Amino acid sequence: MSALTIAAQDSATMLWREIKHSIRLLRLLIVSAILVPVVMLLLFDYILGGTLGHGLGDVARGAPYVDYLVPGILVMTVAGGCGPTAINVSMDMTGGFVDRIRTMAVTRGALLAGHVGVSVLRMLVATAAVTGVALLLGFRPKASIADWFAVVGIVAAFSFALAWLSAAIGLVTKSVAGANGSTLPLSFLLPFLSSTFVPADSMPAGVRWFAANQPFTAVVDSLRALLTGAPVGDSAYLALAWCAAIALAGYLWSQAAFRPRSPMTRRIWSKGDPGS
Amino acid sequence: MNAVTNQATRTAVSVTGLRKAYGEKVVLDGVDLTIGEGEVFALLGPNGAGKTTIVRILSTLIPADAGKATVMGFNLRGEAGAVRRVIGVTGQFSAVDDLLTGEENLVLMGRLLHLRATERRARATELLERFDLVEAARQTPATYSGGMKRRLDLAMTLMGWPRLIFLDEPTTGLDPRSRQTMWQVIRELVREGVTIVLTTQYLEEADHLADRIAVLDHGRIVAEGTPEELKRRIPGAHIRLRFADSASLAEAARLMPEGTRDDEELVLRVPNERGIRSLRDVLARLGDDVAVEDLSIHTPDLDDVFFAVTGSASKEKSQ
Repeated sequence: MSALTIAAQDSATMLWREIKHSIRLLRLLIVSAILVPVVMLLLFDYILGGTLGHGLGDVARGAPYVDYLVPGILVMTVAGGCGPTAINVSMDMTGGFVDRIRTMAVTRGALLAGHVGVSVLRMLVATAAVTGVALLLGFRPKASIADWFAVVGIVAAFSFALAWLSAAIGLVTKSVAGANGSTLPLSFLLPFLSSTFVPADSMPAGVRWFAANQPFTAVVDSLRALLTGAPVGDSAYLALAWCAAIALAGYLWSQAAFRPRSPMTRRIWSKGDPGS
Repeated sequence: MNAVTNQATRTAVSVTGLRKAYGEKVVLDGVDLTIGEGEVFALLGPNGAGKTTIVRILSTLIPADAGKATVMGFNLRGEAGAVRRVIGVTGQFSAVDDLLTGEENLVLMGRLLHLRATERRARATELLERFDLVEAARQTPATYSGGMKRRLDLAMTLMGWPRLIFLDEPTTGLDPRSRQTMWQVIRELVREGVTIVLTTQYLEEADHLADRIAVLDHGRIVAEGTPEELKRRIPGAHIRLRFADSASLAEAARLMPEGTRDDEELVLRVPNERGIRSLRDVLARLGDDVAVEDLSIHTPDLDDVFFAVTGSASKEKSQ
């Protein structure tokens, strides 16, 4: 077998393992990946949606707040997948599995490839499920078939980017709890400081510039334009550029942190040392 | 143990001048080792002696700062991939996947070892039977006892038929019965000709399992040899006599000047080189006049060796 075949085989094995893990944790994942975004959707649409929609001038635009909200909720759904990914990676680092495969002739990148692959898969499934619920709740997208393909592409690219970033976070955090906590800014803070719920230019001056120019806003704006049939302009390219940049940064960070002698992970590697 | 004589010429592990430090803290301070194929070699030492560090270096997990080491003929530097193909490691901390069933854990190892599907199923079934895990095969390790987890861990290590196995404290934290089972399993592996390097803090364990023992203290090997050789190195065999008062002790000491007296404990230790004959001799010399409170026969065990060869910190423990 060539090195490439073995690399593919090892990655497939790690994918298989992560899929098994996801199936074992299915109930937990449904709650965190699907139920939480659905509750956010309900809260913002039914409870706050009247006032928010009024403020946005729904009546004048002839579109209900839910159409504005759903693209943002989809991005939040993707971001909600960061926690489980970082936790799973961190568990492998602290629980001895990484040590085990390091003493075997296993392709070096396979483990992270498996984590990232299944992470993207989980994010896509959750986003599809939340889209389904949104449609039931009265979300009426005006996207063409081509627009839908673009939506799926951007969601997949954003998932890929955040999956690598989460994997890196899981590698450098020293505990499972730390891994979970460190992804909270991604899954909670950044969506609020973006155009997820209200436009960035409606925010106080202090955060306005940040909110307008951060990647979540770029991704949300592009999805919103595609789904509501508004002119997309360059927003889709900007979103994809952000995704590429985050993916690359997350990938390089992960590779650096996964090296056994990396100062970032030294505390974990030397866990048993100076030991018995 | 037969394997040693059969294959005494072949070397499984050869280490010279191994050094490792973490910052200021020196963990290994020039370790030399030669382990023959088919041998059970025990690294014995207290916590912090450097046992696990040796295992981590030899199993390619961490690099040494200095020194040369070959494992099954492959150089650790430059041939780590080849080393990994012939070794198996069962660490101190169980590395089973808690979300996979016992069987899936074995299949996972089989996949990572690139075994064919039929081969890995057959090997998994075989190991489940051998380690008495058939009934638990479809459950996740969350429901396992500590001993079962260790057995699964070891079974995972064996999936790829390794020729050299590192067992890092294989029975630490196990109850006596699980420890017996583990020892049994290790002995069976030895019969198959597998080379085993085991670390342990238990002298009893090294004595039971190992062909050769290296006693490690503060990153150095302070004694090495077969359990018998190590025991012979210290003059431990004696008859211990305890008396009711110092007058009796003084009288006995006068009768047996070769003994060493301990006035605080009212004890006299008389060397016992000839077993029962020495005992009869001692009793005859004491006669009926000296009242002996207590008599015990002390044969040297590895504890004596251990405390004799390790540093002051260990001596405190012995008291």
